[in-house]
Amino acid sequence: MTTDSVRAAAPVARLADEFSKLPGIGPKTAPRLAFYLVRMPEEDALALAEAIVAVKERVVLCSVCYNIAETDLCIVCANPRRDRTRICVVEDALDVIALERTNIYRGLYHVLHGVISPQNGIGPEDLHIRPLLDRLQADDIEEIILAINPNLEGDATSMYIQQLISPFGVRITSLARGLPVGGDLEYADDITLGRAIEGRQEL
Amino acid sequence: MSRFRTYRTEGVVVRQMPLGEADRILTLCSPDKGKVRAVAKGVRRMKSRFGGHLELLNRASVAVSMGRNLDTINEASAINTYGGIRADLRRVSRAMYIAELVDGFSMEGNGNREMYALLLRALTWLENASNLDLLLRWFEIRLLDVTGYTPELVHCVECRAWLKPGDHLFVCESGGAICPNCRAESSGALLPLPMNTMKTLRFIQRELAFDKVEALTVPEGIRKDMERLLRTYIRHIAEREVRSAEFVSLTV
Repeated sequence: MTTDSVRAAAPVARLADEFSKLPGIGPKTAPRLAFYLVRMPEEDALALAEAIVAVKERVVLCSVCYNIAETDLCIVCANPRRDRTRICVVEDALDVIALERTNIYRGLYHVLHGVISPQNGIGPEDLHIRPLLDRLQADDIEEIILAINPNLEGDATSMYIQQLISPFGVRITSLARGLPVGGDLEYADDITLGRAIEGRQEL
Repeated sequence: MSRFRTYRTEGVVVRQMPLGEADRILTLCSPDKGKVRAVAKGVRRMKSRFGGHLELLNRASVAVSMGRNLDTINEASAINTYGGIRADLRRVSRAMYIAELVDGFSMEGNGNREMYALLLRALTWLENASNLDLLLRWFEIRLLDVTGYTPELVHCVECRAWLKPGDHLFVCESGGAICPNCRAESSGALLPLPMNTMKTLRFIQRELAFDKVEALTVPEGIRKDMERLLRTYIRHIAEREVRSAEFVSLTV
């Protein structure tokens, strides 16, 4: 949906329509961004356009772990110093970046590109679960870390994967559950608080 | 009428969709307001005050402010998180199926207390029940009952004659079984309704609580018949497939 003034200038209307396809961009924000681009210095606008084209032309999915990559292998899979006996299974490529920021995990990843969400029409066959099983069969994997978002759909996905990989006899672990740093106990829900108590540690 | 209107209610989160960076659009089934669709801001952030309280399938009390397009949840506190369901994939998939049915059968601004009470009972049973598929059949029949789609299984849906013992046929368009005399004149699609399947369905239809139904020993054939019939009838009413059914079949 665009306003009359946007419709008057066809290229701006087209740009606004394209912006409105992005997640979180509504009918008000889309024309606002389009008009901002009209006022933007030409070199900045061109840099943005080139960045968008480069993303579509040069970025592919890693043939092993389905992380975003510039070549056939992503930088994690291509790095010979990574621990090849561990695979951390995550929901999307942004989670890889978040886990890499910790500088603690040195193993490999496997990106599912979603979670099982039957009501939204996403079933196990829509995720990259089968290639994970192929990796388990082909490589010498000792541990699978399920690092899928801790909500009902994420947990359902973890349990479903666990069911499929348990016959392989590898160690299956999941990220610890509990309170976030800086959080308040009084605002914690029963499940989080319960798991924090269960997962308490000796000091 | 004040510009900033707020209301308090309670509900079960039956659906969620991500919105923007860290928000979610939630659908709650509430006893007094029916289906409530509202934005829960920031719930996907780790430090969200009420993220854990508004998980899918949680029963929560909420304070909501009304907006022009969508309402916004200002406060939330979980009443029941149904922990017994969450640790078992078979129970989770069936809870998702129940949530999808409730989402499909509830209406915005039109509370159905009986349906809400049924939903709470079903989730509570689902935490411990051993016969999960029979629980789904009981839930489907009870849901059809509280939403005005009770399948007619005692009298012929066409001529109202009492159905004599024997194998019958079920007509989705008419919402019930038909007698042999009316069979020839029926134009709708006919589903087989063998005598023992009809008897079992009648029994489940009479039971408001699940405990007696769970005690039943139902042969595999009758289970399959009931599942097929109820699923086809529900698809006819909802005018779409229940998408969670496939995931239920993957988690046996």
